[in-house]
Amino acid sequence: MATRPTGDLTVQVTGLRRAFGDTVVLDGADLTVGRGEVVALLGGSGSGKSTLLRALAGLDPEATGDITVPDHYGVVFQEHRLLPWKRVADNVALGVPGAGARARALAALTEVGLGDRGDAWPAELSGGQAQRVAVARALVREPELLLLDEPFGALDALTRLRMQQLLQRLRDRHGFAALLVTHDVDEALLLADRALVLEGGRIAEELPIGLPRPRHQDDPGFGGLRRHLLDRLGVPAA
Amino acid sequence: MTTVADPPALRSRTPLRRRTRGPRRWYRLISPLALLVLWETAARTGVLPEEKVPAPSLVAQTGWRLATEGQLSEHLLDSLTRAAVGLLIGGTLAVALAATAALLRIGDNAIDPPVQMARMLPHLGLVPLLIIWVGIGEELKISLVALGSFFPLYFNTYAGIRDIDQRLVEAAKTCGLNQWERLRHVVLPGALPSLFLGLRLAIGAGWLSLVVGEQVNAQTGIGFLMMEAREFAQTDVVVFGLLVYAALGLLSDTLIRIAERRTLAWRRGLQAT
Repeated sequence: MATRPTGDLTVQVTGLRRAFGDTVVLDGADLTVGRGEVVALLGGSGSGKSTLLRALAGLDPEATGDITVPDHYGVVFQEHRLLPWKRVADNVALGVPGAGARARALAALTEVGLGDRGDAWPAELSGGQAQRVAVARALVREPELLLLDEPFGALDALTRLRMQQLLQRLRDRHGFAALLVTHDVDEALLLADRALVLEGGRIAEELPIGLPRPRHQDDPGFGGLRRHLLDRLGVPAA
Repeated sequence: MTTVADPPALRSRTPLRRRTRGPRRWYRLISPLALLVLWETAARTGVLPEEKVPAPSLVAQTGWRLATEGQLSEHLLDSLTRAAVGLLIGGTLAVALAATAALLRIGDNAIDPPVQMARMLPHLGLVPLLIIWVGIGEELKISLVALGSFFPLYFNTYAGIRDIDQRLVEAAKTCGLNQWERLRHVVLPGALPSLFLGLRLAIGAGWLSLVVGEQVNAQTGIGFLMMEAREFAQTDVVVFGLLVYAALGLLSDTLIRIAERRTLAWRRGLQAT
């Protein structure tokens, strides 16, 4: 099902379909992600955003369609999903082959600012710290693509802002492409090069976000795009 | 993220609590000791007839005599061997079958229904049937222990594997772990707490089965020691045998709990936060 990407594209999906019983969630969705491009996938609750991402991550054997993703990709879920019985560094090193796995794990932890917590148990971390470990676990594989499923959705507002900045820094440094599933319009505008709106099982709208970086929510141009996306997501101005 | 130091009020409360906890632990010894003294006095004054309930001091003396004469270690070794062999057979079967049933759909369909049905049979009630099948020798005792330890370990292993968070398995998959590696890094450690609980229950059931088994035509073992003493009305030996069984149960349970605490250090981390 998954083949190697060619040319300038990292992800290429055509005709992705997935139904749960009689409910068709994805009805022939097409999308592409370019090399090093960050694409935000927006959509209302139950629109199939996470279903699409799970299909790309190879976690949904019942999804049909042509899916092309790179060999090296990392996934960050809404919950950290760290194994509670492995110390933080061992969680990050999970599945990393070779003798240098631990050193690479510690390097990835240092990048997310947790280089000194390698020997802690996941249960000893705060929610934000655990999510940063999850980012390190995705990063240690030197991915061409990060699949992010509402990665900061369960964090408090302040931690979320810090995590968004962290992700921006990591992306500047490593140049990975990312597909960011989110329901947060501001998050999409801060991080993405392009926003897609999923509706009725297909990509209903594509919106390039040409705002200059570094971005800030107070920048001019934010308001118009935010209004447009919110309208598109069915939240009209009161 | 910065951590904030504990406010001083919180910090000073800890030693206070510790000061009250120390003596309180000793309070709990008072009533058992009082009962022991009461028992001793009642036996010495003849309120309790010696042939029914011997004095604790007499039981202790008998125990010392059996231990120094070498009888105790001989019988104890036989009982321990039966328990160990039975537990090994029953436990291995239980874990293997439970893992197959929990991990494979075909295994679940084939193994679980008969096990669920067999669970309803009181395994100690199988003694007459087992005597016909395997005779009255060592096989009977070992079969009883194996049967007794099988069910608790089977059900806890099965439940432990089934209770593993599917999301963790998925995360391991996205880290590139193949099926065998997922079994090793996710399923086994995830099921380990339940496995330990099952093992503790299995050992308890195993001792109980051994007590019953050793009362059927045994030539050695703690149960034989007790049955033989009953014929000669040596109540002190019978009571001492009971205490040995109790001590064995307590000791094995403590050992498992120590192993559990060492292996499941990550759970301690959970409590510490």
